[in-house]
Amino acid sequence: MLKTLSSFFLSVLVMAQVNLAFADGMPKPWGLGLQESASPSHARITEFHDMMLWIISAVVLFVFLLLVYVVVRYSKEVNKKPETFTHHVLLEVIWTVIPVVILIVIAVPSFKLLYYTDRTAEPEMTLKVTGYQWYWGYEYPDHDDKSFSAYMIPDAEINADKGEVRLLSTDEKVVLPVDTNIQILVTAADVIHSFAVPSLGLKTDAIPGRLNETWVRIEKPGVYYGQCSELCGKDHAYMPIEIHAVSKEDFQAWAQK
Amino acid sequence: MADHKPGFFSRWFMSTNHKDIGTLYIIFSIIAALIGGGFSMIMRMELQEPGVQFLTDAAGNPNGQMWNAIVSAHGLIMVFFVVMPGLIGGFGNWFVPLMIGAPDMAFPRLNNISFWLIVPAFLLLLASALVGSPLMTQGLDAVQSWMDLLGPGAGTGWTVYPPLSSTLGHPEMAVDLAIFALHLAGASSILGAANFITTIFNMRAPGMTLHKMPLFVWGMLITSFLLVLSVPVLGGAITMLLTDRNFGTSFFNPEGGGDPLLYQHLFWFFGHPEVYIMILPAFGIISHIVSVFSQRPIFGYLGMAYAMVSIGFVGFIVWAHHMYTTGLDVDTRAYFTAATMIIAVPTGVKIFSWIATMWGGSISFKTPMLFAIGFIFLFTVGGVTGVVLSNAGMDTALHDTYYVVAHFHYVLSLGAVFALFAGYYYWIGKISGRQYPEWMGVVHFWMTFIGVNLIFFPQHFLGLQGMPRRYIDYPDAYAGWNEISSYGAYLTGIATVWFLVTALYTMFAGRKVGENYWDAKPQSMTLEWTLSSPPPFHQFEIQPKVK
Repeated sequence: MLKTLSSFFLSVLVMAQVNLAFADGMPKPWGLGLQESASPSHARITEFHDMMLWIISAVVLFVFLLLVYVVVRYSKEVNKKPETFTHHVLLEVIWTVIPVVILIVIAVPSFKLLYYTDRTAEPEMTLKVTGYQWYWGYEYPDHDDKSFSAYMIPDAEINADKGEVRLLSTDEKVVLPVDTNIQILVTAADVIHSFAVPSLGLKTDAIPGRLNETWVRIEKPGVYYGQCSELCGKDHAYMPIEIHAVSKEDFQAWAQK
Repeated sequence: MADHKPGFFSRWFMSTNHKDIGTLYIIFSIIAALIGGGFSMIMRMELQEPGVQFLTDAAGNPNGQMWNAIVSAHGLIMVFFVVMPGLIGGFGNWFVPLMIGAPDMAFPRLNNISFWLIVPAFLLLLASALVGSPLMTQGLDAVQSWMDLLGPGAGTGWTVYPPLSSTLGHPEMAVDLAIFALHLAGASSILGAANFITTIFNMRAPGMTLHKMPLFVWGMLITSFLLVLSVPVLGGAITMLLTDRNFGTSFFNPEGGGDPLLYQHLFWFFGHPEVYIMILPAFGIISHIVSVFSQRPIFGYLGMAYAMVSIGFVGFIVWAHHMYTTGLDVDTRAYFTAATMIIAVPTGVKIFSWIATMWGGSISFKTPMLFAIGFIFLFTVGGVTGVVLSNAGMDTALHDTYYVVAHFHYVLSLGAVFALFAGYYYWIGKISGRQYPEWMGVVHFWMTFIGVNLIFFPQHFLGLQGMPRRYIDYPDAYAGWNEISSYGAYLTGIATVWFLVTALYTMFAGRKVGENYWDAKPQSMTLEWTLSSPPPFHQFEIQPKVK
């Protein structure tokens, strides 16, 4: 317990350094919010979530304050004679209409976000992802059908000096170019998996017999981690996704290797 | 002969008395809660630190299948064998007839069948852990440790999605047994629901029109309709899964022209109403408690009743919000976003009406009221995160993460379960004739309140940071909040032991109480407070009249 507390305060103190010390797309110790954005989709998701957090915090605070007021003001000791009213039409209309207004305020940016993240109009390249028990297969149909499978690096072989992260690093890396609209086609070969990379705003189920489409535009070079996000059997926790975003030139060089 | 009771065996094993059957349901629910809660303790122990410490196989490797089986069993048990039997079978059986002035349920023998279907259902589910074990496949000689008594189990999640739940993912019989368990539990629910609908429509005391009916009875009526309309769809889905597994059909198998997504649509067409099935009776209980302990009539009674009706109705047209990442068409997702958000409106009406009921009251803070106030606040927290999740665009980041786990535990584990405890403390005097010691109840409340918030509030952070649910192990960055969450679980575990001690003390040595031990005033009176505690074996021999 003490260890936990001290590590909590320590990490709060050094949070700034921690930010720099890690790869771009991965969770942080004692992190509270969404991962740092590296794609326009995730930036918009973050923006939307920030708005939602204000709204829901206000609602919860309002209800909390009402409850505190009622509990203090109308306890048996303070208020001996209970009142008998049972209706207040105006009040009931207000607490029906105001939530509706709040929901409309939420719905407008929500739909914008949804349609923006759905798909890209002009993909510049395609990545095909296939989920297997328990690894991911990747194909680059625009680059001579380059293909490979990526397995998690087992705990015992993790080399922290090379920046490898337990449960997140894979043997083969998915190399992608930055500033490119990439169409991602997702499917599975056995059970359902889900291709998810939090910092890129990606999560699309990999379903056998179906080809799902999503897209990403990575805005800066870096390493972005993700994990399978649909229960797929015993090694569900052991099929991570590791994306290396590099410059377009470096990507071309890699693709031609 | 007014209070003639049958002998022990006839009374408890061939029961046709709604109060006895209700008691059986409550006992069953508590036992199932200890098992299902025990599983969550194992889960929190395993997740307390990164790495796999407890759930390893003989060679010391992580046993992901066992983890999945535990996660699945926890979900199925809590939904089908704790919350539903507790709220619907337990409190519903006990208090629907009492509150409407009826001598019993409409179909007492059907009531008995309902209960005795859920027992074998539970046993089948537990048995699914045993099939395919070394003991069963290789005989007694193969048993080296207790783990050899266990088979691979059904590690499918409570949602039992194919193809993981098909022979492809689970070739052993465990999933078949789980399917049969759900069949029986479903049949039990449907029969019980038909019984409640018939009872409520036909057996109300003279003068008790639908618009004078207590809100708990309203909640039970709507829940019963949801059950009758949704559970058969689950029954169909898992039967198709059963034939996929055993008879060569391919409803959900893409190789045979089927589609795994069809199962998800069918499951959630049941699954979403199911969450309202669990919460509507809870709404009813909370309304009565708030009214009695505030000494105030329920504010906006009709609005409360029709808010529940509209929640029940809208609950049937929002199911695909559980499937935002499955590749649904974007317009479909837009529709389900809009429809889902609408539910916030009637839910808000209920929250504000409860507060308005307390407003101007003369409130005493007995244990049931503490749990009720806790319910109102925590349900609000779970409700607003539900609004966040309803947005399909936002859900891309949060789907299948701990944010979802936190959300549904706030509305279920802190919502429905708080209502179970509230109802228990509110009515145990009526049920047993003996009252719990108030201070023990208060201590239980605070331990539980702090414990569950410690468990589930940090899980919002984990989810936002992207931690996927149903993981046996997690990257080290998630360690901090997981450790806090586990400490919360241990505190809740201690609180549960405290509750058991309180319950046993109450049963054997609690203070005896009279009819109306909460001193319910006329403005919040319901008919159970006109009867002795416990009520006579057959009540209302003179039919009550409602003004």
